[in-house]
Amino acid sequence: MIELVIASRCIDCDRCVKVCPTNVFDAVPGGHPVIARQQDCQTCFLCELYCPADALYVGPDCERPEPVDEQAITATDWPQQYRRDSGWGKNRQDHPNDVSYMQHMLPEALAIRAGEDEAPAAGPRGDEAAAR
Amino acid sequence: MPDHADLTAGVLVIGGGLAGSWAALSAAQQGADVILVDKGYCGTSGVTATAGVGHWYLPPEAREAEVAARTRAGGDLTEPDWMYRTMETAWQRLPELDPYYRWPFRDGQPVRNTSVRGPEYMRVMRARVRRAGVTILDHHPATGLLRHGDGSVAGASGLRLQAGGTWSCRASAVILATGGTAFLSRLLGANNNTADGHLMAAEAGARFSGMEFSCFYTLAAAHSTMTRAFPFMYGTYRDCDGHELPFASFQTGLPMIAKALIRGPVTVVLDRMPRQTRERLPHVQPNFLLPLLRSGIDPFTDPFPVTLRGEGTIRGTGGIALTGPDCEAGVEGLYAAGDVASRQPIVGAASGGGQPNSAWCVASGTWSGRAAARRAAREPAPSTGSDPRRLAHSFVGPGSSAAPGSSSITASGTGTGSISGPGSISGRGRTRGTGSTGGGWTDADTEEVRRIVSRELNDLDKNMFRTGEGLRRSLARLDDLWTQLPARARSGPENPGPENPGSANPGPPGTGRDALRARETAALIAAGRWVLSSAIARPESRGMHHRVDAPDRDPGLTATVRTWGLDEVMTAVEPVREPEAAGRVAS
Repeated sequence: MIELVIASRCIDCDRCVKVCPTNVFDAVPGGHPVIARQQDCQTCFLCELYCPADALYVGPDCERPEPVDEQAITATDWPQQYRRDSGWGKNRQDHPNDVSYMQHMLPEALAIRAGEDEAPAAGPRGDEAAAR
Repeated sequence: MPDHADLTAGVLVIGGGLAGSWAALSAAQQGADVILVDKGYCGTSGVTATAGVGHWYLPPEAREAEVAARTRAGGDLTEPDWMYRTMETAWQRLPELDPYYRWPFRDGQPVRNTSVRGPEYMRVMRARVRRAGVTILDHHPATGLLRHGDGSVAGASGLRLQAGGTWSCRASAVILATGGTAFLSRLLGANNNTADGHLMAAEAGARFSGMEFSCFYTLAAAHSTMTRAFPFMYGTYRDCDGHELPFASFQTGLPMIAKALIRGPVTVVLDRMPRQTRERLPHVQPNFLLPLLRSGIDPFTDPFPVTLRGEGTIRGTGGIALTGPDCEAGVEGLYAAGDVASRQPIVGAASGGGQPNSAWCVASGTWSGRAAARRAAREPAPSTGSDPRRLAHSFVGPGSSAAPGSSSITASGTGTGSISGPGSISGRGRTRGTGSTGGGWTDADTEEVRRIVSRELNDLDKNMFRTGEGLRRSLARLDDLWTQLPARARSGPENPGPENPGSANPGPPGTGRDALRARETAALIAAGRWVLSSAIARPESRGMHHRVDAPDRDPGLTATVRTWGLDEVMTAVEPVREPEAAGRVAS
């Protein structure tokens, strides 16, 4: 669940207010957005992806809030991880666009499994459903 | 009194996920005046936005074999003409993204069929929809349809979550693209998918098919939403006794993991993933590692507990039974695109997750968008000068919304749903007076009601391993919740139902959020009752639908289960390819 709007980084663009699909944030005139409805957070992490200032932190647990220490979080790379690994913003130029590597992973995983178990391996059709 | 926005459009699209954005784009490209309303934000709403999607993207010469394989996997419930049309439309339309979306390249060619990055795809779709001239209204959930006196759809109305107050939009055509529902299983990106469109369609008289095929599950780390499941192919699984589970594939492995999860915790470690794949994983599925690393787990060396998240009708099959090739929803002026529509014609009893469902969003969005634009050119929207209350007066409340022609159908009312084969029809449930406003759960109870519905439709022992007895027990529980529905949840909070026809827009009591929650909860209960009734009507096992008490396929049920109705839920078993035939038998 969403846990932090990191005050020292937030630039008050209110993009999180706009893009949150479950309307978790409220804009505050002259101030940083606030987490107004934490219980409505669906833990999709998309606010982090859209935040240009790496100023948001979503905790890993989708079932209950887990209060965190802001200083401890800003010492990690977690708030910027999703945006960096997706190649958004300033990460765009040097991001490897190798998402099609999934085409390699599907046969690779099937081959690893086919070699080791007694149960018959499913064809790619049965397992592609999980390949999203 | 809160503000009210009074809007008019040629085409109103409800829902801005993958199907809704293709529908809005397609309608606008035909010259229609289009408004798209989204419960959240067009770009992050819907299950595509968090996913890495593939498309059915096959050259013509590869399609025949694909249709044959899918028909077999889908338990012979598919309709090949729909499959070919879907593949062809996706084949024609996807290259249109080339100037906007950065496909990966291989051997100098764009790779368009697999692992399309959901957030980027939806960002591109939003931009294209806007550039095509569509008005996008984010945080504008729809809560009810407006209808003409003859029952045809005249628009919709809903709430303005951020601006406050309500909106109504008169339109020549309405496209429902509200997605499937996972019954709040915490499937990634699916919390807004609460079957709102299903409920609105049912109130207008639409029917559903394939709702029993709603028992597909996806792995995630326990307590996380992260159903980007492919890396789990590389896992070593252990049950609560520490015994290794012989995982070979998702197809055989998931039921085994489910049985172990019913007994106790199951752990996985992704130790079989080769080093070069581990290194590239963050760029292939950029969100997969987020919850793990934040929990202090190195998934390649540390065993961690897993859970199974229900996919409901999302990677299930069921939805609004379309009545024509342009995605007509069975009500004049209403269309359905994407996961809110039944995908039984293209995938049968098997999951359409992976490639068919995404292609279906492209194709059904295209067809419905173009057809809605044609209708708008033919039949102008109710004029801006007309009194919205005239439309409101003609709103047909759910209490009188049995499907057209239902007088020819006998309702047994026994609650057991006896089925003897194609053509037979049974009804169940209780009828409630339309004017009843007494009792009902309150806003304070809503969260608990939602938890109950989620458990009845997601618990592994209830929904993955089904029995007639268990399904009837779940259905009785949901029937009971339905009879206690607060009046405002029944007809849409800002819609004057039959209870108060005099006030056009009284405004919902409480905040928009609470009003929306009540309405969503009604939709979840209704959709749950259609799922359970359909599963009861199919006492056999086929595709993803597994009845412990009927483990074999019954050739007599190579048929479509249709369901409809609100106070009284009806089911009918009909031949797959002649939908009119059963109606003739019934009358």
